[in-house]
Amino acid sequence: MGKVFRYKDNIDTDVIIPARYLNTTNPTELAKHCMEDIDKEFASKVRPGDIIVAGENFGCGSSREHAPVAIRASGVSCVIAKSFARIFYRNAINIGLPILECPEAAEDISGGDEVTVDFDTGVIVNKTRGKSYTAGGFPEFVREIINAGGRLKSLKAKESKRA
Amino acid sequence: MGMTMTQKILAAHAGVDKVSAGELIEARLDLALGNDVTSPVAIEEFEKAGFDKVFDTEKIALVLDHFTPNKDIKSAELCKTVRSFAREYKIKHFYDVGEMGVEHALIPEKGLAAPGELIIGADSHTCTYGALGAFSTGVGSTDLAAGMYSGKCWFKVPGAIYCKLTGKLPEWVSGKDVVLSLIGKIGVSGALYKSIEYGGDGVKELSVDDRLCIANMAIEAGAKNGIFPVDDATLEYLKGRVTRDFTVYEPDKDAEYESVIEIDLGSLEPTVALPHLPENTKPVRDVKGLKINQVVIGSCTNGRLSDMRIAAQVLKGKKVHPNVRAIIIPATQQIYLDMIKEGLTEIFINAGAAVSTPTCGPCLGGHMGILAAGERAVATTNRNFIGRMGHTESEVYLASPAVAAACAVAGEIALPRDVV
Ligand code: SF4
Repeated sequence: MGKVFRYKDNIDTDVIIPARYLNTTNPTELAKHCMEDIDKEFASKVRPGDIIVAGENFGCGSSREHAPVAIRASGVSCVIAKSFARIFYRNAINIGLPILECPEAAEDISGGDEVTVDFDTGVIVNKTRGKSYTAGGFPEFVREIINAGGRLKSLKAKESKRA
Repeated sequence: MGMTMTQKILAAHAGVDKVSAGELIEARLDLALGNDVTSPVAIEEFEKAGFDKVFDTEKIALVLDHFTPNKDIKSAELCKTVRSFAREYKIKHFYDVGEMGVEHALIPEKGLAAPGELIIGADSHTCTYGALGAFSTGVGSTDLAAGMYSGKCWFKVPGAIYCKLTGKLPEWVSGKDVVLSLIGKIGVSGALYKSIEYGGDGVKELSVDDRLCIANMAIEAGAKNGIFPVDDATLEYLKGRVTRDFTVYEPDKDAEYESVIEIDLGSLEPTVALPHLPENTKPVRDVKGLKINQVVIGSCTNGRLSDMRIAAQVLKGKKVHPNVRAIIIPATQQIYLDMIKEGLTEIFINAGAAVSTPTCGPCLGGHMGILAAGERAVATTNRNFIGRMGHTESEVYLASPAVAAACAVAGEIALPRDVV
């Protein structure tokens, strides 16, 4: 169960992690500045398991993997949005940050709500409001990557099977 | 239903006859690209995974362009990581200070992108090479690590928007105005997950530099790639740069497009995108008179020789307004040299502009021209998000080199014809 941080449409990677902090690759360092340009309190308030809910085109802008890395290192367990920008989408999958596309949930859930997510079924339950929503599942290929714990691990696993 | 140009390239690289929108495929790469921000993450992941070889030392390009020449110790460390990796794995196309340029200007210039090729880059503006009829798209660092190792990448086959260009560009109107107008029309998520495929009689009226600029900003409409048909101008550009064989693809006559957008080039006018989204476009004439503090002419969008020429045309014999800092950054060493040869550098320096060695620098708020709170810049770059060029209370207005140069002279938002 996690508490929700709610953001609007078109949250870009420059606000998720500003370029001025990209001179490091250290996840803990990056997490300290996560969302700081639109929400100065995020980094100090976020707790392990919390959830980000946003509108359309979450993660638009640059290809920096630092963005999902910063979010994951902040302790966020999942991002739910109406839609994701495509590079952010693949980066999140590739590094194993769970993301769910669910317009109804993204529309309905408010900041501060307590929410649980079942990644196997895609069921999102809003405990605060007693409502539930179902997100579309991932295609087989993507599930493989997530289950392996990321793209590189899945690549390795496949290779050793072939060898 | 037939395939789009993008789908044909993807199918060929996946080793299948046909792909359709929505399908997941694994495809073979012709080039994997990284820079000084994204490669270090890829290299860490590469090493953590225990990989000990790259798929092809000639099909990887590593370009140190974002924070170079290094702005601080941390960025110097990042570059060092990439440099050692490039040496260890004998990466042929490694570009360091003195040879490097802004990656998306450098790759086409060096002949590393050709029609029909499939290119990924851990940088969102990798979509630039669509101008040459390649499929190219931005990915993340993990994709780059997997790509460098296996020579493969996974893709969801995109559907497409067909953008039909007609007519001819009026004076002082360029590729930048075309792409800003398009993004203004469809919005920053207007082409989410899709290709934008250009066609129509208007294509031949656009220079390759204009096409590179237009393809570059496909990502600003959310697109996976933007792609142009290959014509005589493309082949002329490739001459002397690309010596290997390549395949020219055309979309099937019955290719499926999700929508069609028509742009009459003749109807366009100088356009600017207001903060803080590239979709906030307006004709320059509607914003005239707004005071500015800085002008940046450069970047992977508009740092090419033709951009420098048009900026020089506006700045020749003029002075940069006393309230404005004008920073001009040729995107590659070759462009820098050509600028000197053609006398453009002299024009800029006489006008009171700063001319720098190639770097991304201010485009991403890295260095070389950061904005203070309350300051306003007109830039030929591609993004004007909150804090993109500095303080979160600074503002970036996106425009063409002609408009940016005019603003530098006027000290406010202005049209080229008003100052020349
Ligand atoms: S010039 Fe700007 S947009 Fe282009 S690669 Fe560099 S930082 Fe990215």
